[in-house]
Amino acid sequence: MPRKTPLMIYITPGKCDFCGCCVGVCPEDAIELMESRISIIDERCTNCSKCVWACPWEVIKFHREGVAELPSGQPMFLNTAQTEPNK
Amino acid sequence: MKKEYDVIVVGGGPAGSTAARYAASGGASVLMLEKDRDIGYPVRCGEAVSHEGVTQFIEPDPKWIAATVTKFRLVAPNGKEVTPRLDGNGYVLERRLFDYAVAKLAADAGAEIITKAYAYDLLTDSAGRAVGVKALIKDEQVEIRSRIVIGADGVESRVGRWAGIDSVCSIHDMESCAQMTLSGIDVVQDRLDFYFGEELAPGGYLWVFPKGKNSANVGIGISVEEAKKKSAIKYLEEFVDRIFPHAAMLTRIAGGVPCAATCDTLVKNNVMLVGDAGHQVNPTSGGGIISGMIGGMIAGQVAAEAIKANDLSLLPEYQKRWQRRLGWRHEVFYTIKEAISDFSNETLNSIAESALKLPEGKRTLGGIFRAALWNKPSLLIDVAKVFIS
Repeated sequence: MPRKTPLMIYITPGKCDFCGCCVGVCPEDAIELMESRISIIDERCTNCSKCVWACPWEVIKFHREGVAELPSGQPMFLNTAQTEPNK
Repeated sequence: MKKEYDVIVVGGGPAGSTAARYAASGGASVLMLEKDRDIGYPVRCGEAVSHEGVTQFIEPDPKWIAATVTKFRLVAPNGKEVTPRLDGNGYVLERRLFDYAVAKLAADAGAEIITKAYAYDLLTDSAGRAVGVKALIKDEQVEIRSRIVIGADGVESRVGRWAGIDSVCSIHDMESCAQMTLSGIDVVQDRLDFYFGEELAPGGYLWVFPKGKNSANVGIGISVEEAKKKSAIKYLEEFVDRIFPHAAMLTRIAGGVPCAATCDTLVKNNVMLVGDAGHQVNPTSGGGIISGMIGGMIAGQVAAEAIKANDLSLLPEYQKRWQRRLGWRHEVFYTIKEAISDFSNETLNSIAESALKLPEGKRTLGGIFRAALWNKPSLLIDVAKVFIS
């Protein structure tokens, strides 16, 4: 089911430990996790927030207004968005 | 690297390496892909195993043993504690070295291993069956064909989903975990400590596992349902500030443990799931090293048999053997977990009280269990047994 609202799940840059707890509870297979890179797959995410609750470190946040509204200068968190530059 | 293998294993943890080892020693050509740069790192684990469990697969080696434990201590919410002996010795591992050693066994058996190799999708035939993987190796997209794909890709598993297996863990069963390896602290080196309580670790527990002189793994696992209200790291920081205020922190890691019964489906479309990916974790203790390796062994054996017989319809045999070996026990442990996760502080305290009434010599798990049976809420003690299985 396509999401009607904007993407509201936001991964705080530079804080993720890449543990995968969020991926394990994501019902939509909407999180891509590599060695030191994580991203939300925008077209799959339904804003269900399970990843937000699961994150042991409170790195994943829910923003009611949508992540595109976050202050400029922050990385975009769309399909290819990263929390850290590629190592 | 060849273009085609009998078996591709995605994930190089203990379950994946053991699957690769047994598939290769059974005569299959095997490639194991690890997404990280190193086998065994980063460690996401409390690192405790039993001697009995680990020796099924590998001779204990001081190189990867940080501490040998002979007893464990259960601390009730009111501070009352019980310290039963273990039935056999246990070890706290150096997982990064242990995982290396286990991967070497796979290599010795003939498996090829590539690190920094991220599988991002399955190759499928027109019927939707897996015939290999698409992977990113050294930033290059490659397609590698295989007859069987074994998903050993951990709590963050996606391989199963791509094959149509429901391997998503409910937020009720997922344990949100955080751990610090602390140094410069006073820790009994031959004892595993478990702390229980609604304020300390609701619906889970806190652990202190010795990691060699003056150091320990101090960690917590709580249900995501609880973590919703307050995160694992907050609980852990409060505990560490109180108990080990001057500790030096050597590592700080996050993690998730699927404390569920095994996935209903472990085999589909030529894909087999092992370890955390298939929820082969002891649901009460959250321990998954040995059970994942057992799953990996059976999957590897069955994969090799199917290749030898040239008959992939044999693969579901893996699920049957797993069920007979450990799956049924994990179902029992799951029932126990469900019962104890709601225990109040009062119940936990009263169980500790009744165990303390036993003479010291009888404070073995069996002795405590028999004593606790006189009380209705005996289950915690049964659970204690689970911790060292």
